Amino acid sequence: MHTKTLIEISLDLQAKTYSSVELTQFFLNRIDQHQQLNSYITVTPELALAQAKAADQRLANGTSDLLTGIPIAQKDIFCTQGVITTCGSKMLANFNAPYNATVVEKFNQAGAVMLGKLNMDEFAMGSSNETSYFGSVKNPWNINTVPGGSSGGSAAAVSARLAVCATGTDTGGSIRQPAALCGITGLKPTYGLVSRYGMIAYASSLDQGGPMTRSAEDAAIMLQTMAGFDEKDSTSVNIPVPDYRAGLNKSLVGLKIGLPKEFFGEGLDENVAATLAAAIAEYRKLGAEIIDISMPNLKLAIPAYYVIAPAECSANLSRFDGVRYGYRCDNPVDLTDLYTRSRGEGFGKEVKRRILMGTYALSTGYYDAYYLKAQKIRRLISEDFKAALATVDVIMGPVTPGTAFGIGEKMDDPIAMYLSDIYTIAINLAGVPAMSIPAGFVAGMPVGLQLIGDYFSEDRLLNIAHQYQQVTDWHNFIPTGFE
Amino acid sequence: MSLTADDVNKIAHLARLGIDKQDVAAYANDLSGMLDLMTRMSEVNTDDVEPMAHPMDQAQRLRADVVTELNHREAFQSIAPQVEAGLYLVPKVIE
Repeated sequence: MHTKTLIEISLDLQAKTYSSVELTQFFLNRIDQHQQLNSYITVTPELALAQAKAADQRLANGTSDLLTGIPIAQKDIFCTQGVITTCGSKMLANFNAPYNATVVEKFNQAGAVMLGKLNMDEFAMGSSNETSYFGSVKNPWNINTVPGGSSGGSAAAVSARLAVCATGTDTGGSIRQPAALCGITGLKPTYGLVSRYGMIAYASSLDQGGPMTRSAEDAAIMLQTMAGFDEKDSTSVNIPVPDYRAGLNKSLVGLKIGLPKEFFGEGLDENVAATLAAAIAEYRKLGAEIIDISMPNLKLAIPAYYVIAPAECSANLSRFDGVRYGYRCDNPVDLTDLYTRSRGEGFGKEVKRRILMGTYALSTGYYDAYYLKAQKIRRLISEDFKAALATVDVIMGPVTPGTAFGIGEKMDDPIAMYLSDIYTIAINLAGVPAMSIPAGFVAGMPVGLQLIGDYFSEDRLLNIAHQYQQVTDWHNFIPTGFE
Repeated sequence: MSLTADDVNKIAHLARLGIDKQDVAAYANDLSGMLDLMTRMSEVNTDDVEPMAHPMDQAQRLRADVVTELNHREAFQSIAPQVEAGLYLVPKVIE
């Protein structure tokens, strides 16, 4: 059952080939057998089986949706009432959220089954899943390497078939980078398409939730449920949601693909570059036209991001004060001691580093030099995307400079870790949608191809990804030991 | 640009963030590295560029001024570290 895609399982459930209860128990057993990956922080067998039972009733009485009875898992950044939501942090290790995130509500309404909550970098700050308070996640393709981050648990679980699909969030690459390193399909939607309500905030002007799946078609099904205007999210965009599956089979003849020269220069592993070249040749065979473009401000994305994201994080994380919820230190002597020690003991090193950076960038005398300057750079980067996407339909490039790196390899050098996000960060600053799709392997490790589209062009991106997946089978490979 | 241990302690105080004494030097080093990265921003002239705060340049939505949230005090306080008689408890602030 685990080798099938979401859509195949959905059809099986509707045909009563097996029940959702049987399917759910099967996945719960797999999770239990493969605990060494550490992809789950919390597994919820009782809830899952109860939801599966309810789903079987819906399947029997004809009120089912494509997701009804499908065992999925939630990144542990989405608040779930009655199930602990940790955000990968000691700060929230015992946090029982008083409400469900809108995304969680939507999956509940669709009748999806939640297997549990997935491991992640602490507060989504990290590119390797090593900053999690609950330990690092292992990449199923090679357990000595990282799965990427921050949605590392999501990527590892989908790749190892420990869930049919999963949610992720992406602030600077946190869906696409782990999807690339674990060989699955990941989509970061346009900023504002998926509600952020109940999704614990890191950098609010960049954060966006999205699907992590086997195939583009599966991503279309998940996004259909996740997308849409939400009154409860003040930055939610009120536009109609198209039928994402309707356009999957459109021809790519005449598609204009832009390749920014800045994406293919120094720093990109040559074997990864060759794999991407083969993928782009495949698109040419499908009738696409390849156009060389330039986006001169891309090189400024990392510095601008590491001002804006920490600045927003320092403001967002000020809510963790040891008073209302979350971790509280023992025996505080006064209020300052309560705040300082609760935060000092509750947050890990990377989170502290970013809070310090953001606090500095926003402090008196430095605001204009850092934050305002970064916001201006952000405008320039977004204009680069607008100009490029006025001449081409989609931009393609790498997701990561190389394949998955070793566990521990970059933990002592935060700057090196930040630089590994060079191809993903600019997309969040602009707010456009982007995907990572499996495009091949280098020395047995997966490589992702990035597709970047114009605002709200998710239907087009999914079509472009789906057509590639009709002529290639990289997305069907299963890591050894998980077949 | 490089930050000193004193700078780090000052920033940590502003953020009410306890950091271990033995880690201060490492934070100073990491933050200095980040600031070096940021100096690249000054290579570009941004004098006439409008700062961008939101990808859609969207203004805050307005809604009718009516009550939409009910009182959830008990639910919210049930997850607090320390409460008594409906109040959140903190160390004494006024002597």
